[in-house]
Parts: sequence; C-alpha cells; structure tokens
Amino acid sequence: MSTEKTEWPLWEVFIRSKNGLSHKHVGSIHAADAEMAIENARDVYTRRMEGISIWVVESNNIHASNPQDKEAFFDPANDKIYRHPTFYDIPDEVGHM
Amino acid sequence: MTQQEALFTYTQRLGDSSLILGHRISEWCGHGPKLEQDIALINISLDLIGQARNYLSYAGEVEGKGRDEDKLAYFRIEREFKNPLLVEYPNGDWGQTIMRSFFFDVFNYYLLNELVKSKDEQLAAIATKSLKEVTYHLRHDSDWVIRLGDGTEESHERMQNAIDELWMYTGELFDMDEVDQLLIEAGIAPDLSEIKTKWEAKVKEVFEEATLTYPSETWMQSGAKLKGIHSEEMGFILAEMQYLPRCYPDAKW
Repeated sequence: MSTEKTEWPLWEVFIRSKNGLSHKHVGSIHAADAEMAIENARDVYTRRMEGISIWVVESNNIHASNPQDKEAFFDPANDKIYRHPTFYDIPDEVGHM
Repeated sequence: MTQQEALFTYTQRLGDSSLILGHRISEWCGHGPKLEQDIALINISLDLIGQARNYLSYAGEVEGKGRDEDKLAYFRIEREFKNPLLVEYPNGDWGQTIMRSFFFDVFNYYLLNELVKSKDEQLAAIATKSLKEVTYHLRHDSDWVIRLGDGTEESHERMQNAIDELWMYTGELFDMDEVDQLLIEAGIAPDLSEIKTKWEAKVKEVFEEATLTYPSETWMQSGAKLKGIHSEEMGFILAEMQYLPRCYPDAKW
C-alpha cells in the first residue's frame, strides 16, 4: 500500500515591500510546488499592497540555529563594544560622517 | 434602438456576468479545500464584484434615470439580468468551479484586450483596470486546469466531467444581436466572433497541456444573455443576493 500524501509541503514567504529594500520574512503557506507557492503567497500576503517581489523557500530547506546555543552564539558579542563604529572618537577635522 | 439604449444593455451584460460569477465564487468563502485556495478564490470573487460595480454604476449613468449600481444589482428581477447561463451554473466540486471560471476567464481576457481600445472612454478605462485582474484570474485557473487535468486519475476524470457538464454553456458567451452590431459599428464593442477564434485556440492549448479532451462540435444552450431567459438556478441566486437590500432597502453597513 502506498502512503497517501495528504498535506502539501510548507513554504516560507519573503516579500520585498519596495525597490532598494531587502526581502523580509512574512510568514508561511502550504503549496504543492514552487509555482503554486508563489501564487498562494501572492494571494495570502500581498492583498493590501504589501509588496513588489516574492521569494518562497520550502521550509525544510531552511537550517536554523539551535536555541540551546544562544549563550555560546550570541552572548560573547555583548562586551565587544569596540566592534561598533560609535566606540571610536572621530577627529573634529573629519566633520560629520 | 438608440446608441444609448444599446450601451445601457451592453454594459449590463458585462456587469451582470461579473456580478453573478463573483457571487457564485463567493459561495466558496470558508469552504475552500485549503486556506490558501479559499483566499485565492475570494480574491477573484472580489475582483469580479468590483468590476461589476464599475460596469453597473456606468450603466446607471448611461440610463440616466438615477439608478446606481446597487439599484441595478439588487432591484432588478430575473428576466432583467443579462449574464450568460455559464456563470450562474452551480459550483459543483472544486474542478467544476475552476473549469467554469477558466471558460469565462479566457473569454473575459480576450474581450477586455479589445475593450481597452473602445471609443467609449469609460468602458475603455474600466477594461484597462479589469484586464490586470483578469490576467491573473486566467493564470490561476489555467494552472489549476493543467494541474488537475494532468494530475491523478481521479482529478483528471473530474476535470473531464466538468468539461462535459459545462461545454454546452460556452457557446452563449459569443452570442450577438443588434446591440452588438450597433456598438461594433460605433467602435465601442468588439466583434465576439473574432474573440471566439482566440478563445477556442487558447482552450485547446491549455487542454492539450492538461491532457484533457476538447469536445467535438455540439448543440449550445443560449437565451439568458440576450433574452433574459435563465436556468432555474438564477432565482435562487437572486433570492440570496437580493434578500437583504429588499427587506431593508436603506440598510447601511
């Protein structure tokens, strides 16, 4: 007996709201393939003029960081204030940057 | 018949077709097979009702008796509606709904492509706005015809059944009378016989990709668009659509 696939795969939707901005994650949808995913994303997420471009990525192609790694991954950046440009004094002669 | 009378009738034919199909599709609201397709269908329904609003509001203007789009949509009786039989046909299953829309989309797409060049500025403007929407409807519904026609054995069978069920209602889309003749001569309306040729070519092309059989020449139903003689379905549609404004004529949202 074959196992029936009853649920369409999940896709993550990214929308670019206008030229010059990058695509932003807005949510997810179900669709049988990429073409349907783009149309479904259009119908679900751009009804109120939210965008001018759509990307879809099948959700299982996204690899995420593990929440348990949070401390090791992100906390060490907390005390490295010299990584921010505001850490450095700018000589007066330079004026506004 | 004056040109004004012809234009009034013609604009109602366009408006009623969009209105009744839009109403039919709106019956899917909350019943779509998937949330995504529920929304997709309702978007299309709202596009069509918006187009109907533009056409009927203009029809009221042309008539010049103070009727607006609501008066025309909600206070005309069955025999006064000028939509073809195809759009009042029941939804059936998802495949039948898609097939009915597809037949109408192809017609609407080629009609609007001509209507944007109409010498009537208002009709040309409505057509320009509608064409963008209908281009998407055609894409959406063609994709589904191909997907299901060339899908599983069951989906293929359902799509072929939908064709066989609906085919005899497609001929009426191209029916013309003296209203069309008068407006064709005035450069306002397109000749539907030319649109028919394009319609047949497009439907054949999509059916081929969908592995569906294009029916052979057959007898076609007609009488609704030109004469207002509708199927028994029409009364039920109007009862539901017109109930509220007829019971509470000044009801506000």
